[in-house]
Amino acid sequence: MRWAVWTSKPGKRPTPPRRHRPEAWWALSLPLLLFIFLPLLALFLYSSPADLVANLSLPQVRQAIGLSLRTSTWATLASVLLGTPVAYLLARRQFPGRLLLDNLIDLPIVLPPAVAGLSLLLVFGRRGWIGGWLNEVGLRITFTEVAVIIAQTFIAVSLFIRASSIGFAEVEPELEDAAAIDGANQWQIFSRITAPLARRALLTGVALAWARALGEFGATIIFAGNFPGRTQTMPLAIYLGFELDLDVAVTLSVILVAFSFVVLLMVKGIFLRDTPAE
Amino acid sequence: MYARLLSHKKWSLLLIFLLLSAALVACGGTAEAPTTTGAPMATEPPEAEPETTLTVFAAASLTDAFTEIAAAFDSDNPGVTTVFNFAGSNQLATQINEGAPADVFASANHTQMDAAVESGRIDADAPTVFVTNRLIVVIPADNPGDIQTLQDLANPGTLIVLAAAEVPVGKYSLEFLDKASADPAFSETFREDVLANVASYEENVRSVLNKVSLGEADAGIVYTSDLVGVEGVSGLEIPDELNLVAEYPIAILNDSANSEMAAAFVEFVLSDGGRALLAEYGFGPGTGQ
Repeated sequence: MRWAVWTSKPGKRPTPPRRHRPEAWWALSLPLLLFIFLPLLALFLYSSPADLVANLSLPQVRQAIGLSLRTSTWATLASVLLGTPVAYLLARRQFPGRLLLDNLIDLPIVLPPAVAGLSLLLVFGRRGWIGGWLNEVGLRITFTEVAVIIAQTFIAVSLFIRASSIGFAEVEPELEDAAAIDGANQWQIFSRITAPLARRALLTGVALAWARALGEFGATIIFAGNFPGRTQTMPLAIYLGFELDLDVAVTLSVILVAFSFVVLLMVKGIFLRDTPAE
Repeated sequence: MYARLLSHKKWSLLLIFLLLSAALVACGGTAEAPTTTGAPMATEPPEAEPETTLTVFAAASLTDAFTEIAAAFDSDNPGVTTVFNFAGSNQLATQINEGAPADVFASANHTQMDAAVESGRIDADAPTVFVTNRLIVVIPADNPGDIQTLQDLANPGTLIVLAAAEVPVGKYSLEFLDKASADPAFSETFREDVLANVASYEENVRSVLNKVSLGEADAGIVYTSDLVGVEGVSGLEIPDELNLVAEYPIAILNDSANSEMAAAFVEFVLSDGGRALLAEYGFGPGTGQ
């Protein structure tokens, strides 16, 4: 992965102006870098690699990892499918209430996750607006893997919309107009012109949404409950692990951090490699 | 084009600002609670000394009952203000071990009281069990799972939530299932049948209650004291021989700067008036041991 670290620095950047003092900026950045790095380092050094491997073979740990990877992937997919039209709308169209919609999209980021979980229960719960109706036909969402995916999507989709909407806004509308004059239809314009030009932002959105879904805790435990193998994702297992077995909690934390780090790195490495830095 | 971009940036900045201020408010709130409680400790405590502050660390489940007890205690003792630090007993024991200023500790179990005794700030003979708490089955008022008896918990398709085995009430719930399975009035597979119905192991007793009161589950197991004042649910009693008794010990800290007043508070809790009040909040009588 080392190449990714290096390419993420703009490689062909022009020589800096003479008065630029990078040492000063490094010195000023150091407190924050240490602040973030030291707790993570402490986490990684807490248990020996042998313990980590031993804990990895515990069924509850494996179940939590598998469930988390599966649900966060589905949640990301749902965020992209459901979020893209909204992001495009926000970037391209002026309409009454646009500001309100824009604000609404940010609410899940601000909302305490426990409140998000409760709100989801009130809609999708057994007595909720939609859930009550599904209950009539014998379908239940709460306490299932679907509930985990819904909770994660609810929390993560804002991040995808925010990032991709900025990307869409940066695509010059003239390019879309030109394609339209050449006879391209809406879908062709979007899939051939807009989306590829905004791919940097779209990928950032995907990575952010996925990482957020993977770490989602509050809404999941309220809305989906906690059942090993069914709704107990890694963050839930970590939280409950603290009550009983700190070693297991730390193992899962290390895996969670490592997974997120590598995936974010890969996403950034891939698209920074073939997109010139602006 | 650029105007739109700018407005995005402005909104993100505003959002960041809001998030930051929310974080600051949250930090300020939690940081303030323990520090203000322990402040005025300089004077020795003759009873009528004006403005004595008594700091009581109490288990979260005691919040409502102790708030009312403190109101009565403070009006009986002019110049005394009782302040509380309500939290999980394990957190309180940790805070005591780390030297947090406190006069009285009321724990929801012996384990955490023992931990505080080990720190040396509570004498080994100080703790007295002042209340007990029992398990009860909680069901939504409209009883969607049609649960009439404890045996019905084992009916296939019943949706049950329990507290996770990691928290005391979850452990007690499993012990109840064990006891019932050994009882001839229940089937031998009662424990397995009930566990097969469990949809979720909740992080604490409050969320078990919430799942049931929202109607998401057909039944759950909580403490009797949790049900007091809660609407939309009903309780199904668990008989004594199958039930578990959670004991709550209370003790004075030996380094209390208001030890007389602290002793008076504990006495008040153990008095007939105090017991009657605790009984109103669903707690059983203490053993006095």
